[in-house]
Amino acid sequence: MAKQGVDPDELTQPFWDAANEQRLVIQNCVDCDRLQHPPSNTCRDCDEGGELEWKQVSGRGTIYNYGVVHDCPVRLLQEDQPFNLAVIMLDDDPGIQMYSHLPGVPVDEVPVGAAVEVIFEPSANGQLVPEWRVIAD
Amino acid sequence: MTTPTAPDAMYRNDEGLGVWEHRGKVAAVGVGHAPTSRRWDGRPETCVGAITIDALRKAIDDAGVAPDQIDGLVVVPVTTTGAFWEAGKPLPMDVIQSFNQTDDPLDGIAKLSAEWLLKNMPELTNVKFTMYGPGCMSNALNVTAQAVGDGLTHTCLVVKSWHNFEGRYYQGGANAGDALPGTPAITQLWGGPASYSTALQFAEYCRKYGKSHDMMAAFMENSRRNGLRFPEGYWAQHRPEELGPEDYLASRWIAKPANLFDNDIPIMMSGAYLFSTAERAADMKQKPVYILNHASSNTRPRSLLPTLDEVEADTARTGRKIYEGAGITADDLSFENMYDGFSLFHQFHLEGLGYRGIKFGEALDFYQTDISIEGPNPVSPSGGNVGSGRSRVWMHTDCIQQLQGRAGARQVTGVKPQVGVSGGPMPLGGNYTVWSASPD
Ligand SMILES: [Zn+2]
Repeated sequence: MAKQGVDPDELTQPFWDAANEQRLVIQNCVDCDRLQHPPSNTCRDCDEGGELEWKQVSGRGTIYNYGVVHDCPVRLLQEDQPFNLAVIMLDDDPGIQMYSHLPGVPVDEVPVGAAVEVIFEPSANGQLVPEWRVIAD
Repeated sequence: MTTPTAPDAMYRNDEGLGVWEHRGKVAAVGVGHAPTSRRWDGRPETCVGAITIDALRKAIDDAGVAPDQIDGLVVVPVTTTGAFWEAGKPLPMDVIQSFNQTDDPLDGIAKLSAEWLLKNMPELTNVKFTMYGPGCMSNALNVTAQAVGDGLTHTCLVVKSWHNFEGRYYQGGANAGDALPGTPAITQLWGGPASYSTALQFAEYCRKYGKSHDMMAAFMENSRRNGLRFPEGYWAQHRPEELGPEDYLASRWIAKPANLFDNDIPIMMSGAYLFSTAERAADMKQKPVYILNHASSNTRPRSLLPTLDEVEADTARTGRKIYEGAGITADDLSFENMYDGFSLFHQFHLEGLGYRGIKFGEALDFYQTDISIEGPNPVSPSGGNVGSGRSRVWMHTDCIQQLQGRAGARQVTGVKPQVGVSGGPMPLGGNYTVWSASPD
């Protein structure tokens, strides 16, 4: 599926740079040692804001939940309807979620709870974007 | 006059605050609604500003108050969630010139300021207090109740309006572009529709409790039935069609398991109320409906979307806050009017309240029992957004009208209307009001 391109901004430049190197990094608060995603300019749990770093994670996760999108607001994705849209929970911290179209998984046949690993797919402007594929048993 | 956004201190976000200090001392009296329509037809007299003035004047008339007695105005400045004036689209100068415009040419057309309303309602000569309650009527009601209780205003209007333009909701702007900035890209590249998050929570709920989407049909049918008895609403005015299980279950998916009818229909509408102190309300034209409490949730999910665990923890917390501040228990509720747009989260609100003793996972079974306005356990007697279109207002109007005994064909008959609760929107992050026919 051809996703829209990405123009990295100041906050997310490290995330997208790492993706182009096929590495998954997630924001981490040095002070309370907690991952947070989506990224933000301050730690959500530290009253003083916390010092944030980008931490490389394992790129392993499980499929937590999914829906099937039949009527998508994003024009570029409309030709691919209907498509799976799953939420992945990271093995590094199962409170942290990422979206996935689950390439290769037939529509509405999503194995909830299955193990997945991160892959990187080019978007419309070539920026690599994290995606997830089911790990064969 | 500069209008501030309500400060955090006006909301009751925390547990353990005790009974609300103004319990029973603030009342809603007047109700006003403008006619609804599906989309704006471009005429000055139907723009969102014009229909707002219409609703406000009706609320004033309904309460029987002289306009110069009104000293407060609370406004929800945002009038859409997904219908935006496209950049570069020519301004409708004929409309703009029909009103006393503010510095913002889209004021009264695609948004609403208190300043615009006061410039175009010359009869409001004594308004000294204005405030914004962002987002929803639910929020603005909390602000109004607190403001009247705190003595910032003694006779206060509160209004929420919606505009809707040509074209499909959410499909313009960034969604039509070839690239996204890096921060929104992290959440929006995958193209989930607005109802996607709710659909996922519902899917998890069904897996956990062994329920299914078709069990929603009873709720949907009841909600539309109630909506068709709501003469102020969109379906009653324009499309008086029942919504039976066959039609509901045959409708197309938007984000499975959310279908078309699980997504409320965007409309043009305006709803307004007149609030006052209980003392002053006693002399007004309608029976006062007393505010026992207002409560809010500002909880955010840990990551992208709320999990079912997060939803249940927060709706339960909200229920406790609602009851604590009102000094009541679930047994005191005559009916409930929690939010339903999207329909697939109404059960979360219901279970958090413990309405009629139901526990987590039981609401869909409860829907299969008698939940009608004639029965002992009315669910959403307003019919909500399902029954009357996207407004997030019907639930509040219904609470007031039920407790005043003037809900007409929607009047609950299986219970004595004494205490009702309304509010939303989402299970995480919402604002709630407890209404009562009596101040104590
Ligand atoms: Zn921290």
